[in-house]
Amino acid sequence: MTPAIELVDVHKAFGRTPIIWGLSLAIEAGTRQALIGPNGAGKSTLFNLITGKYPVSRGRIRLKGEDITGLRPYAINRRGLSRSFQVTNLFPRLSVFENLRCSALWSRGYGYSFWHLVDNARDVRERAETVMEQLNLTARRHVPAGVLSYAEQRALEIGITIAGGADVILLDEPTSGMSRSETEHVVQLIRQVTAGKTLVMVEHDMSVVFDLADRIAVLVYGKIIAHDTPERIRANAAVQEAYLGVPQGAG
Amino acid sequence: MLELVLFSLLNGLVFATLLFMLSSGLTLIFGMMGVLNFAHAGFYMLGAYFAYTLTGYLGFWPALVVAPLLVGLLGAAVERYGLRRVHRFGHLAELIFTFGVAVVIEEVVQLAWGRTAKSYEVPALLDFPLFRLFRTSFPAYKAFMLLVSVGIFVFLFAILTRTRAGLIIQASLTHPGMVAMLGHDVPRVFMLVFGTGSALAGLAGVIAGPVLGTFPGMAQVLGTIVFVVVVIGGLGSLTGAFAASLLIAIVQTFAVALDVSLSSALATVGLRMSAGGMLQDLWKVTIAQVAPIMPYLLLVLILVVRPTGLFGTRET
Amino acid sequence: MSTPAPATVRALELEKTARAQRLRRYGVWIAAAAILVGLPHVLRTPVAIPVMNQMGIAVVFALSYNMLLGQGGMLSFGHAVYFGLGGFIAAHVLNLAGRGVLYLPVPLLPLVGGLGGLVFAALFGSFSTTRAGTVFAMISLGVGELMASSALILDKFFGGEEGITTNRAKAPALLGLDFTTDRHVYYLIAFWALAAAAMMSAFSRTPVGRMANAVRDNPERAEFVGYSQRWVRFVSFCAAGLFAGVAGGLFAVNYEILTAENMGLSASGSVLLMTYIGGVGYFIGPILGAVIFTFLQSMLSDYTGMWLLYLGILFLATVLFVPAGFAGVLMLHAPAWRARRLGRLLGPYLLAGLLGLVVAVGVVGLLEMIHVVVSAPTGRTAKRLFWMTVDVRTLWPWLAFATLAVAGAVGLRWAAPQAAKAFTEASRPVETR
Repeated sequence: MTPAIELVDVHKAFGRTPIIWGLSLAIEAGTRQALIGPNGAGKSTLFNLITGKYPVSRGRIRLKGEDITGLRPYAINRRGLSRSFQVTNLFPRLSVFENLRCSALWSRGYGYSFWHLVDNARDVRERAETVMEQLNLTARRHVPAGVLSYAEQRALEIGITIAGGADVILLDEPTSGMSRSETEHVVQLIRQVTAGKTLVMVEHDMSVVFDLADRIAVLVYGKIIAHDTPERIRANAAVQEAYLGVPQGAG
Repeated sequence: MLELVLFSLLNGLVFATLLFMLSSGLTLIFGMMGVLNFAHAGFYMLGAYFAYTLTGYLGFWPALVVAPLLVGLLGAAVERYGLRRVHRFGHLAELIFTFGVAVVIEEVVQLAWGRTAKSYEVPALLDFPLFRLFRTSFPAYKAFMLLVSVGIFVFLFAILTRTRAGLIIQASLTHPGMVAMLGHDVPRVFMLVFGTGSALAGLAGVIAGPVLGTFPGMAQVLGTIVFVVVVIGGLGSLTGAFAASLLIAIVQTFAVALDVSLSSALATVGLRMSAGGMLQDLWKVTIAQVAPIMPYLLLVLILVVRPTGLFGTRET
Repeated sequence: MSTPAPATVRALELEKTARAQRLRRYGVWIAAAAILVGLPHVLRTPVAIPVMNQMGIAVVFALSYNMLLGQGGMLSFGHAVYFGLGGFIAAHVLNLAGRGVLYLPVPLLPLVGGLGGLVFAALFGSFSTTRAGTVFAMISLGVGELMASSALILDKFFGGEEGITTNRAKAPALLGLDFTTDRHVYYLIAFWALAAAAMMSAFSRTPVGRMANAVRDNPERAEFVGYSQRWVRFVSFCAAGLFAGVAGGLFAVNYEILTAENMGLSASGSVLLMTYIGGVGYFIGPILGAVIFTFLQSMLSDYTGMWLLYLGILFLATVLFVPAGFAGVLMLHAPAWRARRLGRLLGPYLLAGLLGLVVAVGVVGLLEMIHVVVSAPTGRTAKRLFWMTVDVRTLWPWLAFATLAVAGAVGLRWAAPQAAKAFTEASRPVETR
């Protein structure tokens, strides 16, 4: 079976500083993959390479078997990959509903159309309604995204990511800055909205990682040092030494 | 021919230093605050008009000092009570605000000094030809302009590299956030830089008024050219502004001196364009006619191809 | 997963509110059409029709400008280029039609202008929409200056200093409309202004129109939901150019002359001023702005040579104190209106407005007198100001106007906070519920 995402010998350097160094990784379709590693290991950079925000210095990236190296973010998104951001990245002056509707437009085939009215686009509206329901934001549908509470914005961040119906979802620290109960709620939300899809997730909260992930990859100094099931990662000596041995904050 | 080249070069140099006096302030303000100040040329115009009026009361030399100071104070006030207010709405709002200030300055000048050009003259002390070469003479006042400009550069350079304030300004060109974190009163620095930049523009107006004319359209004539200089040099880069000032000034002066049309140029290589049609004028255009368009063409070209300019590192 | 019943109910409810919304929207357009048809019969002064024609053109132009600034977050200093080019092309085509070279009735001329605007917007937009923000603003300025100075060289097309004149009466008549009176032209402008406004309003509700808002808010995220920010900006830019061209075509029909000035920096500046004063955040904003701007311009220019100064001051005041513009201020009162408490605002607002007027009278009086001192021909010292004649050599008018300005300002400092307080009170949500 072709992997959902396949990285082959990927390098990335900013100026002369190498961040990712000869990284190869295959993520199977339909799995929930977590990406962990100490701060500065290159997890966010890796996300930015996969999603086309930065170009790679060397190497190839494939999405569902198709080479996407060097494509622009929108081209990659159109091939069925969507991502969220670590720092909330919404359309602040648009309402919650409008945020979700805009995110669902392309995948429903509306493109750059100026001959449809969005209000008549029933499929897009229904999709936005459904996601809004899942996020528990229906009561806030007319509120501009910029004035939502932090937890609501984080939820909307995930909503924008999934509204287009991409089957490969990348979430960058979805629970950062959240309280215990908010985190639990988000984990449940993620489980629900990514059912049957490929999920790749950067996360600092280990309880979330071991709760959600089928597979965990450990990234240290731009290299994957282990890639395995949660149980085997727990037992892996190299990981123990490089990562779990270092005292970590609770996220 | 030698005469033409030599005097074009000299005039180009005088124009270049004038452009740099304007563009250095503009580029510093942009570099620090991210604001492209549309009213900059307006301050230049105010400098000329203030000096014209003050010369009537005090004479040229005191006006040379007082007029830029007044313009500087006005600039600082515009920053303190206007720009700082719209700052929170982002750069576009700031740009829109300075555009409004430019409009108001132009109208106020017409209100206070009328619509016709003022006879702001070269001071008698400097109204003589400095030297004569072949059949053309070089006025002493232009040499004085050159001298003042060079003096200002030296002064500015010394401030920027030798004083504490200069170091803070340099630091906030590249790391505005960090400078604020280190406990410097960034708004105050902004106000000072904006005031100083305006004063420099005012000084440029004081010394350029007698040569380039003192009239309500003088801001528009130079305004866009100064933008072109700042963009070509690279927004926020003083070295870039200097190089671009030279480039634009010399290209402009030489283009005006030359007089060749496109069709005659094409004819020398054996192409003949048939006259007629809506765009027939295109072939008759001479370099002298194209000269005023060149800067704008350069502006668009640079922004499309390399928005950081020749020496800059940042875009917006 | 089966669809639960409550969701269906909600969907039906939404359907109902959507239908009500649509009805209300059509109602607004029908009402607007009725008003436009009736206006010439109500306003019977001879200046009304020319001023309304000017307003109609300005409304289309300002709305097209707001497609860039308000909807797309693109600040342009060269939008008059598309207005002007559309106008010049329309004027040339009208001349061809007048000579019988081609058949085109006058009512279709705005379409020609629109096509011209669209073609040039596509040409210049192809490179200027690569970036947003300051870079876009600078490119638009460069293109504007480039075209304005080229116009002086390409004499044959732009007509040099005199411009291009045309004659709408020579073109073939359609349905007996020969456009020999201002009133005929009024109905033509009213029709196209309404049609253009409806189309622009519809554009803002199309997928690409909505994505223009999204790209304005956050271009990066728009790319991660499948849209190229550059293409979204490009489409908006072309649409804005098209409607600016329509406005230019209307201008050609109305004034029968176009000069290079129509596409210069000051024309581009005017449309920025009127759009911003009206309010960029709302569809109605540019319409209000264009109407206010044109009204003030045509009224003030009869009395004073400094009308642009007053409009400039109004513009600066808007930028500084009410960045949402006139429409924004009106919309702020929606909660008070819904709570049926607008009446309580009448008193405090009237007081503050009156004091504001006193300040304005004082300042205007002083400015006008300065103007007389500076630029009136020597010997002329009398000036008609506010229905009386003042002599600038005497002291008392200076004193009077200065007193008005200062006293009004002092009063306003006391009255303005009260009005603000009354506004906050009135906007408070109704407690019962």
